[in-house]
Amino acid sequence: MIECRNIEKVYQSGEVETYALRSVSLSVADGEFISITGPSGSGKSTLMNIIGCLDTPTKGEYLLGGENVSELGSDELAEIRNRKIGFVFQSFHLLRRATVLRNVALPLVYASVAKSERLERAAAALRAAAFPEQFWNHLPNQLSGGMMQRVAIARALVNDPLLILADEPTGNLDTKTGDVILDTLQRLHRDEARTIILITHESYVAEHAQRVIQVRDGSIVGDIPVKERRIANNHDHV
Amino acid sequence: MIEETRVSLTANKARSGLTILGIVIGIASVIAMVSIGEGAKGSIQSSIEGLGSNLLTVLPGFVQPGRGIVSSGRGTAQTLKNEDIDALSSLEGVKAVSPELQRRFQITSQIGNNTNSTVVGATDQYAAVRTVEVENGVFLSPTHERSMSRVAVLGPTVAKDLFGEDIDPLNKTIRINKVNFKVVGILKSKGGSGFMNLDDMILVPLSTMQKILSGVDYLSTIALAVEDKNQMPAVQEAASAALLVTHRVSEPDFSIISQADILGALSQVTTTFTLFLASIAGISLIVGGIGIMNMMLTTVTERTREIGLRMAIGARRRDITWQFLMEAVMLTFLGGLIGVLIGWLIAFAVARFAGIATSVSWQSVLIACGVAAGIGIVFGYYPARRAARLNPIDALRYE
Repeated sequence: MIECRNIEKVYQSGEVETYALRSVSLSVADGEFISITGPSGSGKSTLMNIIGCLDTPTKGEYLLGGENVSELGSDELAEIRNRKIGFVFQSFHLLRRATVLRNVALPLVYASVAKSERLERAAAALRAAAFPEQFWNHLPNQLSGGMMQRVAIARALVNDPLLILADEPTGNLDTKTGDVILDTLQRLHRDEARTIILITHESYVAEHAQRVIQVRDGSIVGDIPVKERRIANNHDHV
Repeated sequence: MIEETRVSLTANKARSGLTILGIVIGIASVIAMVSIGEGAKGSIQSSIEGLGSNLLTVLPGFVQPGRGIVSSGRGTAQTLKNEDIDALSSLEGVKAVSPELQRRFQITSQIGNNTNSTVVGATDQYAAVRTVEVENGVFLSPTHERSMSRVAVLGPTVAKDLFGEDIDPLNKTIRINKVNFKVVGILKSKGGSGFMNLDDMILVPLSTMQKILSGVDYLSTIALAVEDKNQMPAVQEAASAALLVTHRVSEPDFSIISQADILGALSQVTTTFTLFLASIAGISLIVGGIGIMNMMLTTVTERTREIGLRMAIGARRRDITWQFLMEAVMLTFLGGLIGVLIGWLIAFAVARFAGIATSVSWQSVLIACGVAAGIGIVFGYYPARRAARLNPIDALRYE
């Protein structure tokens, strides 16, 4: 599903070349739930940006669902992101002035989906993310952090992506609420066979995945299956 | 898309409102200025047409085409003589010929009022050619002309200036240039058109004017009434040929001007005037446009994270460009609509309270709305491009 081959990312500032990634190879199978961890500055963000098609590698190949996306232009990358990737961010990134339903439907606007179908699919995604229906027409600032993050998960699901990419999804939440989000992700993995990549610096969070990739100084230093996988407590939906 | 534009514009109503104020003022002043200019043009046109639409005016001296009637040097050339009258009367298609000699004199009445007004020496033909009517008394007659009578027909303005509202001027005596004249008639009011008041004049017999008042033998104008409007060009040519013969010259020492020529010259003046007013108003539109650009740049900076998110979930650069361009165009178009409304109200108020004719044309409304939208595109493009050129990774992390 995901195939990274000898990926390098070099940032050039003046004469100085900085290696953010050195010859990284990684593959993720369909339906897998992995996490990528590493301290800040390790290159995990760069790796996430490349896997999420927000950036292209300086060298190497990246195949997403069999398609080589390492040399595409910005408009083509935008289309790939729109069709194949669902993002969940640490700070939720919801539109303040749009209702929950419209926030979730937003990616479909760029896929040129008709309005009635957009709302239908947004409703389905909200149900899949276990988001209670009475809040569908609320604005994000009327919701708690955990609720907002579930709106973001629903938005990531709405275009039926190949891959859900969650960047520190629990970083802005307390442990209890964070558990609810991790539970939602685990359910999506278990019940809908979603492929999920979770980027985090906390080993506790990382252990909710099946496999942990450790990144340090621009290289993968560990690729370990989780022996005792944590199963998130569902504190009965916030 | 339109829904989103509306939402983001209404999110900051005060700022959107203040920003479009520039456009509103610009468009409103363009509409008001143009409507005043157009109105002036219209009223000049209708008053000139009221002078008689099949009128040819022969003036002494040659008028350079395109130089307008102002530079004619009328009154200095003395080439039109009484003999020309017969030559012109015999032309085919000429209904009536009115020879005229015009001077300004000081006029006093018995009751001591005095005024400085235009005195026109004319024949009985004047009434037919210039379409004037007598309100009270009689018009100049051929007998007056033959006997060099000292009689005068007063325009209503002069009558009022000399005698006031209460006294009937008929059969009273007035002094023009220290010569006594008897008032035999008062003209009906024709109304003035700003720069030539047709009521402010006195008519006396041509012979009296030439021999007694001014002591000259030439004419300042010969007015021709043409039988049919379609014959105007033919008569104009025939009159020109006839005068060349009687004057025994090869190059014309006179000019023949039709209403169309006068209209053309005047509408040229009013068009320039309108353009001048509109361009001043146009400057405020540019200032308004810069205001829009300023606001859009601020908006783009404020919404950097939103732009990053939109890019992450699949917005292409042109989607972002469109979004911000649409917002700018919506703002300016809205400003344009409000501006048209206010400009129209100003034009209406000017017409109502200042008595200046105004006319708001559909073209100027359409052009104003088009210009407003165009300003949105021109001044919204740079901020929109700036938004679209953001790097999604940096935009997502922007604080």
